[in-house]
Formats: sequence, structure tokens, C-alpha cells
Amino acid sequence: MSTWLLKFTKKHFSIAAVVLVFISAQANAATTEIIITGGTDSARPIGIVPFKYLGNVNLPENLSEIVASDLQRSGKFSPMKMSSMPQFPTTDSEVNYKAWADKGIDMVLVGSVQATGLNQFLVTFELVDVLRAQATGGQSKNLQDGKLVLSRDHIIEKRSKTIDGDDFRQYAHIISDIVYEKLTGQRGAFLTRIAYIKVLDRETNPKPFRLVIADYDNQNPTTLLSSPEPLMSPTWSPNGNTIAYVSFENKRSQIFLQDIYTTSRTRLTDFPGINSAPNFSPDGKKLAMVLSKDGNPEIYVMNLQTKGLTRITRNRAIDTEPSWTPDGKSLIFTSERGGKPQIYRVNLATNRKSRLTFEGGMNLGGAVTPDNSQLVIVNRTRGNYHIAKQDLTNGDMLVLTNTYLDESPSISPNGSMIIYSAMENGLPTLSWVSLDGRFSFKEPVADGEVKSPSWSPFLL
Amino acid sequence: MLNKNTLKALMVVVPLLTLSACKSGPTDEEIAAEANRAAEVAAQQAADADAAAAAAAAAEASRVEAAAAAEMQKAKDMMQAEKDKLESQQVVYFDFDSASVKADFLPVLDMHAAYLVKNSGQSIVIEGHCDSRGTPEYNIALGERRAKSVETYLMNAGVSSSQVTVVSYGEEKPEVQGASEYAFAQNRRGVLVYQ
Repeated sequence: MSTWLLKFTKKHFSIAAVVLVFISAQANAATTEIIITGGTDSARPIGIVPFKYLGNVNLPENLSEIVASDLQRSGKFSPMKMSSMPQFPTTDSEVNYKAWADKGIDMVLVGSVQATGLNQFLVTFELVDVLRAQATGGQSKNLQDGKLVLSRDHIIEKRSKTIDGDDFRQYAHIISDIVYEKLTGQRGAFLTRIAYIKVLDRETNPKPFRLVIADYDNQNPTTLLSSPEPLMSPTWSPNGNTIAYVSFENKRSQIFLQDIYTTSRTRLTDFPGINSAPNFSPDGKKLAMVLSKDGNPEIYVMNLQTKGLTRITRNRAIDTEPSWTPDGKSLIFTSERGGKPQIYRVNLATNRKSRLTFEGGMNLGGAVTPDNSQLVIVNRTRGNYHIAKQDLTNGDMLVLTNTYLDESPSISPNGSMIIYSAMENGLPTLSWVSLDGRFSFKEPVADGEVKSPSWSPFLL
Repeated sequence: MLNKNTLKALMVVVPLLTLSACKSGPTDEEIAAEANRAAEVAAQQAADADAAAAAAAAAEASRVEAAAAAEMQKAKDMMQAEKDKLESQQVVYFDFDSASVKADFLPVLDMHAAYLVKNSGQSIVIEGHCDSRGTPEYNIALGERRAKSVETYLMNAGVSSSQVTVVSYGEEKPEVQGASEYAFAQNRRGVLVYQ
């Protein structure tokens, strides 16, 4: 973990150095509005106690604040307000279990940060099960080699680690991932990133089209590429190192691959007509794409090693938006072979195709959740575009969003959240919604359009 | 051998002789010289006449040339005017999720086709564009279909396929920003760009 953190930071330093000023300004200008759309009763209350700081240099970031924000943004937790907290303990031994239990809090995260050297900090934290502690008096024992040993099993997790000042935000996300996984049984996706296209004012910017990568919550945005011509459809390789996207820099669409750490880029395709909608196979060895070199848009799969192409669809209708199923054996795609765009699946072994969606005037941009249970789509019903999910077993469809012109849904690698682009109050908006549709948060963007957000795979 | 004095005397006498000769009628030499002079004058006059004729011819040639140039310029201007007119009518609009060229725009496309048939060296790019509804990836496909239906119409009207290139920008280059019905209608378009 530590080597990865170090690598992550060092690699980023070189890329980020130039854009750092611009980024911090942008980050500060962004106002994230957390809007809870209902079902708050299902969010579990938790006490994230401010970590005590022992030191006299200013802390780069507030760890416990980031953890609380992460947990709230998952829609699964409701962190208690500081003003309601009965006390501010630093370690388990200082926790008054009853006081927290009386407030309806059964889990408490406590910790401290100690300055240990130049830009070095020792972070210690404990996740405390208040109810278990009450039951055992904090002194639970278990049998080891025939002897009763103090196990203190109410402490669900306890860790200490020395981190760099630059790694605070990353480490906070790691703490969030630990808490989330311990309490939900599902892997956390807080240490992930997003890529998206931002379009600044075309009149005043010579290079208005930007490929941006940021933390999952759109903090630390970094511009990977600026172009005078449109950029489209960024998508992550499964190892999180490469982004494929479409660029019009040569006055026509072409697919590029770019290493996000070295920023080196290569042009992958230059076929006549459309070169669009790249999507990596789960093993990272192939790239599904749309080419119209044979007359109209068809789905192809390219072997990234040999560059050999396999044609998947063959008809006069538009076929586009290929997306791999988690097992890599099928592609989900949009086709208007039935008249209007609907979602289809093709089995790559048999080339058998089947239609998956029937509800609504159009369904577009389909993707399957990591557990293979749900199809996430853009549904058009009575002229309105919303993000919806369809149960792949029983076919039930549920509309998840109520913003305007919702499109480009991308699922978090743990399948808990969807990021998409929308319009809200006349402003382009990056929006996040939980897969059950009960929780959402939004970030309106005032200085340009935001398009095609794409959630990274797990990065650790 | 002549001595110095004799030379001096001769130098004086010869001019005197010449003077006296003028007064006393032309010598053979003088007649020959005169003949030469007259011939020279005649030659000069002939040359002058030739030059004048040549100049006149040249003037006439340049007049004709100028006229031709003017004619050509006029044709060029007309062509440019025609092209300007075409370029001022370079956009055709489409209905929602449709790539059919509307009847309203067929006369405009006929005009472009006629010009392109007449000027086979002229090439154009047809851009296909969409409004922001629907996914960007679907829209780039729809934009290509729009551009291609314009291309097909032109080719049916006799335009060579070598003159036409098609590019779809999908919803990426809206003419009008925003999410109003007006913006949508302005953005669903095919644009004929002369190269």
C-alpha cells in the first residue's frame, strides 16, 4: 500500500505541476451540493469523531472530514454532525460507549494525527463497535491455547501509519474504504477516479476541449489533454493506467490511447468514417469500438496486441456503444435495428444477439453492473432522458434520476454508485446516484460543459 | 620620308581642300555618303513603321487580352458570387432523430449540386451535427447518417464522389449553446463546407 501511494504521488507530481494552480482554483470554485433524494432512513448513523492533531505545522487536509464526506456520499451512512456528538475521544479507551449508544450511534471512528518529521505524519485510527463494547464492557476475552486472552473484539479495526503530507486525501479514502468494507461487506470505491470531457467557452479558449481526470468526488481535477477540436468518450483500461478516447484533432474522429502517468499518447485507429465508442475488455487485451469504414456504424473488437479487427455486427442500422459484460463473454450495445435505439446483447462465442430493452421510446448507453445483475441505461420516455436500471433476471425497469438530459452513466467498480452528466437549473452538472436511486449528489459546473464521465476501476 | 614640317603642312592643307571641295560640287565620296545617309533614313523610317505596327499589334493584343481577362474576371466574379451565395446557404436542418433531407432544402442542395457538377475540381466536406439529446456516441452515428443523406442527394444529382468528404461531429460542435428547443433545432444540421 505504501509503495503504491508513493508511486501514485510521485508520478502525479510531474503531470500535475504545471496545472496545479489552475486546478486548485477550479477545485475551490466547484460547489458540491449534496442532495439527498429520499431513503435517508436506510443510511446507517455513524460517529466520525474529528481526529486529534498533535503538532504545530498546519495540516494539509482534514482526514476525518474527508472520511465523513466519503461515507455520506456512499448513501449508506449518515455521519453524525459534530455539534451533536457527546464527546471527542481520540482512542477506544476514551470512548464513553453508553453516551454514543444513547444517541443512537453504534459505530464510532476515532483517531489522531501526529507530526513526526518534515511533511511526515503518524495517523492512528480505531473503528469501535459501541454496542459490542457495551455488552463486553470493552473487555471481551477469547480462548487461545487453552487460556483466556483479552481480545477486545469491539475494536473492529485499528491501524497506525506514517504518511506524507501530500497523501492525506488518498489516505482518508483508504480509511473510508476500510470502514465501508468492514460495515457493509462490500469493497469501498473511494480510492477511485473519474475521467470526463470538459468544454470551456469556445469563443475565448483556443483549446476549449479538455480531457480531465479527478478523484471520484471530482476533487484534484487534472487536465490530461487540451485540444482545439472535440474530445469524446473517455474510458479506463482495467489496470487504471490508460485511457482510451476519441479525438477530432485531425478534423475527423480517431481513437487514441493515453497513459495517464507518463501522458504519452498513441493514435490507435484512423479508419475512414466514424472511429468511436472505445471500451476495454475486462482482461484489458481487447478494445470494443464502433467503425463505419464499411458504410455504416458497426461494432468491432480490436485485439490490442495484433491490432486485428473482428466485426461483430452487420446490418444497415446504427450499432454503437459497445460495453463488455463482467465475464468478458458478451457485449451490450445500442442498436436501432428494431426502429428506435434499444439495448441488445451479443454472445461473442456464438454471435447470437438478443434484445434486452422494450420499455420507453429509446434506450441507450447500456452497461452491466459488476455483479452481473442489473443493466444501467439511458431511458427516453415521453421525451425525457433519465438514467434507469433494468433487472437482468426479471426485466423490471426502475428510473433512478430526475434531472434533465441525463446521459453517459458510468458505474463505480463496486457497483454501488453511478456517475452521469445532466442539466440542472440550466447548468451542466456532474451527478452521482446510488444504484438503488435513493441517494444522489450533484456538482453544477459554471465554467463549461461536462460530458461523458467515466468511473475508473479499483486502483489499489 | 616626310619630315615634321611636311606633316604639319598637310594637316593644314587637307581641311582647306575639303572646304574648297564643298564649294566646288559633290565629290564621289560625298555622293556615296549621301546615298548611305538616305538609305539609313529610309531604313530608319521602315524600322519606325515596323515598330509602330508592332506596337499597334501589341496594343491590340493587350486590349484583347484585357477584355478576355475582364471577361474571365467577370466569370470568376460570377462564380465567386455564386459560391458566396452557396456558402450563405450551406446549412440544411433536420427533424429530431431524423436523417431525411426535408423538401424545403432540396432547392438549396440542387444549387450546390449544379455548381459542383460545373466545377468538378471543387471539393466539399459535408459535416453532420446533432442536438444534445441522446448519448454522444449515438449522436455521432446519427450525424454521419445526416451527412451521408446530403452526400447521397448530391451524388444522385451528378456530383462526383471524389468531390465529397463526409465527417460527423455528433453533438460536439453545437451552433447554438444551451438546451432550448431553438438551440436543438439550430444544431440538428448538415453543413456544406467548400474547400
